[in-house]
Amino acid sequence: MQRFRLIKDKILSKLMLVLTVLSVSIVLLIGIGLYYKSVPLLHQSSWGTLLTSSEWKPLKGLFGFFPFIMGTLWVTGIAIIIALPLCLLSSFYITEYAPSRIRKILVPFVNLLSGIPPVIFGVWGVLFIIPLIQNHIAPHFVEFSTGYSVLAGGIVLAVMIFPLVVSIVCEVLNTIPKELKEASLSLGATKWETIKKVSFRKATPGIIAATVLAISRAFGETIAVLMVCGNNAVVPHSVFDPGYPLPALIANNYGEMLSIPIYDSALMFAAFLLFIIILLFNIISRVILTRLERKLAG
Amino acid sequence: MTNNPHISVQHLNVQIGNQEILKDITINIPNKKVISIIGPSGCGKTTLLKSFNRLLDDTADVKITGKVLVDGENIYDPKAEVTHIRKKMGLLSQRPYPLPMSIYDNVAYGPRLHGKPKKTELDELVETQLKATGLWNEVKDRLHAPATRLSIGQQQRLCLARGLAVEPEIILGDESTSALDPVSTSIIEDLFIKLKEKYTIVLVTHILRQARRVSDYIIFVYMGRIIEFGPTEELLLNPKEELTKEYVKGYIS
Repeated sequence: MQRFRLIKDKILSKLMLVLTVLSVSIVLLIGIGLYYKSVPLLHQSSWGTLLTSSEWKPLKGLFGFFPFIMGTLWVTGIAIIIALPLCLLSSFYITEYAPSRIRKILVPFVNLLSGIPPVIFGVWGVLFIIPLIQNHIAPHFVEFSTGYSVLAGGIVLAVMIFPLVVSIVCEVLNTIPKELKEASLSLGATKWETIKKVSFRKATPGIIAATVLAISRAFGETIAVLMVCGNNAVVPHSVFDPGYPLPALIANNYGEMLSIPIYDSALMFAAFLLFIIILLFNIISRVILTRLERKLAG
Repeated sequence: MTNNPHISVQHLNVQIGNQEILKDITINIPNKKVISIIGPSGCGKTTLLKSFNRLLDDTADVKITGKVLVDGENIYDPKAEVTHIRKKMGLLSQRPYPLPMSIYDNVAYGPRLHGKPKKTELDELVETQLKATGLWNEVKDRLHAPATRLSIGQQQRLCLARGLAVEPEIILGDESTSALDPVSTSIIEDLFIKLKEKYTIVLVTHILRQARRVSDYIIFVYMGRIIEFGPTEELLLNPKEELTKEYVKGYIS
């Protein structure tokens, strides 16, 4: 009996190891798979031309990914610039100021926001954000905009990543010892001074981690962005220009990719690019985070 | 001693949720003495201490009635300004909580909040307070290192220096030595005795020997009520109340 229990324990632990390794190796397999599928395109043109050329003419066999890379960066950048201050202030309100009665109402709402399917955000963007930009915001800055722009994509994305960032940052802020805040308060600091100089500093690694997660999510978000950002394969020069992020490119053209030579390979390369961008971004931010944590820990 | 109390508590009741933590507390805390609040865990010692600088304000579902007069001014008056009240008191918590910044910035934190001191003034002030808490010689070469690199005993003295830097009148200590080793504890205790020349010191402690070593007066709190208040030796050696007697002898805790 005793032996049987021990054997069971051993077998289970090995099984868990195998399953875990299997799941993790899928990341690697996806990467290899995407690269393998991109090889035909890479035979035709060099990495340099693919990444820096703006010529996107599939019928002529010209595949320049620069507009799509820029489209992805613009939309994600705008989303973070809009979302981060909002998220931080909301998190500070929820954790530091809100009476428990209000907090109990707010937190479920924030969570609810994360449960809304992306396509609904897309529809909301088309019906609400696009006219808003077209008629009310853009006229102040540019002569003409259809409203379908990287700004619209950024706003919709910002709303989508909001609940993610808020819930993580709230979690981080809640781990800050009460006594640390009391130490600051008892010196005569106001709540805001305490947040700014103590809580924020202490929470910085967590805030960065939340932002990284949000950016990774924003890079990959497809359907909602595709519906509002115009999908025009040119490099955006202002927030009111349309853009064409990588995920939208893949999703929009997946159906017809087999009708044009090399097109399928080009789309796989787009996916591979997205994969690399997210991977690199995560590695870099991990390095920054460990450095920062070490610095803060002293 | 009651002629000129520094803190005067009048009919203070504190309720958190449905629980009455402090019941009808009335006491006068004398000026420039060390006062220990003793009593078993959960009797309301810490709540009483925190009611002195309104740190209870942010507790959920807290209800406070009664008055606490500091220098004759009721700190629970709706018009009272909380930052001004708190500045009058330095708080030393159970464990040291250095702010996430350098040693120098920890001490300079308070003065910077309340004004824009010049660099030279600040340097001088940091030195004075670090000397007052006996840290200066240990840290003068690494003032700009993170405060978390200090030992825990040094951190607690830093927290004391940080509190003194806003020029308070009162020092509140909430079991301030409970996380420290015996050597650091005795350093802190000696500091309290030295500091009472300039400050009124109120300490919460569950160590009777500590109360005896450092304090002039003792308040014994039991189940949210003040049972007895008197000079240290008298309360410990010759308590008037039955409950105090039992607590001092170790029958109840």
